[in-house]
Amino acid sequence: MKAAVVLFPGSNREGDAVRAIEAATGHKPPIVWHADTELPAGTDLVVLPGGFSYGDYLRCGAIAGRAAIMDAVRAHAARGGLVLGICNGFQILCEGGLLPGVLMRNKDLRFICKMQHLRVERADTAFTRAYRQGQVIKVAIAHGEGNYEADDETIARLEGEGRVAFRYCDEQGVVGGLANPNGSTHDIAGIYSEKRNVLGMMPHPENLIDPLVGGVDGAGLFKSLVAA
Amino acid sequence: MKARVTVTLKTGVLDPQGKAIEGALTSLGVEGVGSVRQGKVFDIELEAADRAQAESVLKAACEKLLANTVVENYRIEIV
Repeated sequence: MKAAVVLFPGSNREGDAVRAIEAATGHKPPIVWHADTELPAGTDLVVLPGGFSYGDYLRCGAIAGRAAIMDAVRAHAARGGLVLGICNGFQILCEGGLLPGVLMRNKDLRFICKMQHLRVERADTAFTRAYRQGQVIKVAIAHGEGNYEADDETIARLEGEGRVAFRYCDEQGVVGGLANPNGSTHDIAGIYSEKRNVLGMMPHPENLIDPLVGGVDGAGLFKSLVAA
Repeated sequence: MKARVTVTLKTGVLDPQGKAIEGALTSLGVEGVGSVRQGKVFDIELEAADRAQAESVLKAACEKLLANTVVENYRIEIV
C-alpha cells in the first residue's frame, strides 16, 4: 500500500500521519506539497492531515479545498483511490466537494481537546476491516469546528446508504446526550463517500497507535488500510 | 468598480457565534435585541468594464469560494 500525505500551509499533524502510516506499512510515505499538481505515481492512499490550513481563514478547509493538489486528489478518488481526511482534512474534503455537508462551530463554542469514544459503524470497508462492527474505540479529538451539519435529505441519504463511519458515544457504545461533544447531527464523527473509498473523520486515530501515549485503538484503521 | 459581498448563514442553520453575541449584548444591558446572526462582509475592487461583467465575476467568486452554499447565502452589491 503506497500512501502520500498532503501538506498545506498550516497543517500540523502531518508528522503524526506519517508516523502512523510508517508504523503500519514499514514505509515512510512521501509528503506532497499543496501546490503540486500530481500525486506520486502509484499512490493508493492520500491522507489529508489535521491542522489549521491557511489559519482557518474564510472557513475551515475552504482555501485548502481549492488548492492545486486537490484536482489530483479528486481524480484519484474518482478512480476509486483511497482518501483519508482527518480533522482539518475532513473539513477540506467537505469544502473540496469530496464529501457532502459541512463542519460547523462546536455547539458550545469551545475548542475541545480530549479523549473520546467512537462506535465503529461498519467493519467491511478498506478503513475499518481490522475492527469489529459496533466496536467502541477510544481516540483523541481536538477541534473547534467539528459539528457535522447537512440538509435533511443528505443526512437521510448518508444513513440510508450506510455511509456513517463512526459515531461519538460513551464507553459502553451508547450514543447521544453528553457523549456527543460538539453537537454533530446524528452523533456523526466520520462519513464515507458513496463508494466508501473516501473517509473524512474529526477524531485523530493517528495519535493512538502507541501504548506510550495512552492507547492503540487508532492503529486498527491503519492496519485495515495496509490490508486494502 | 467597487462591490460589497455579504455572506450570511441560511435560515435554520444553527449559529452559535450569533447566539453568544446575543447573550453578551443582553448581559451588557443592551435591551431590545431579539436575535443576532453573524455573517461576513467582503469589500472587493473590480477591474470589470461594466456592471454585467462585474456581477458575473462576483457570482463566480461567491460560488467558488466566498460562500459555502450548503449553509450560507450571499448577496452582491455593486457600489
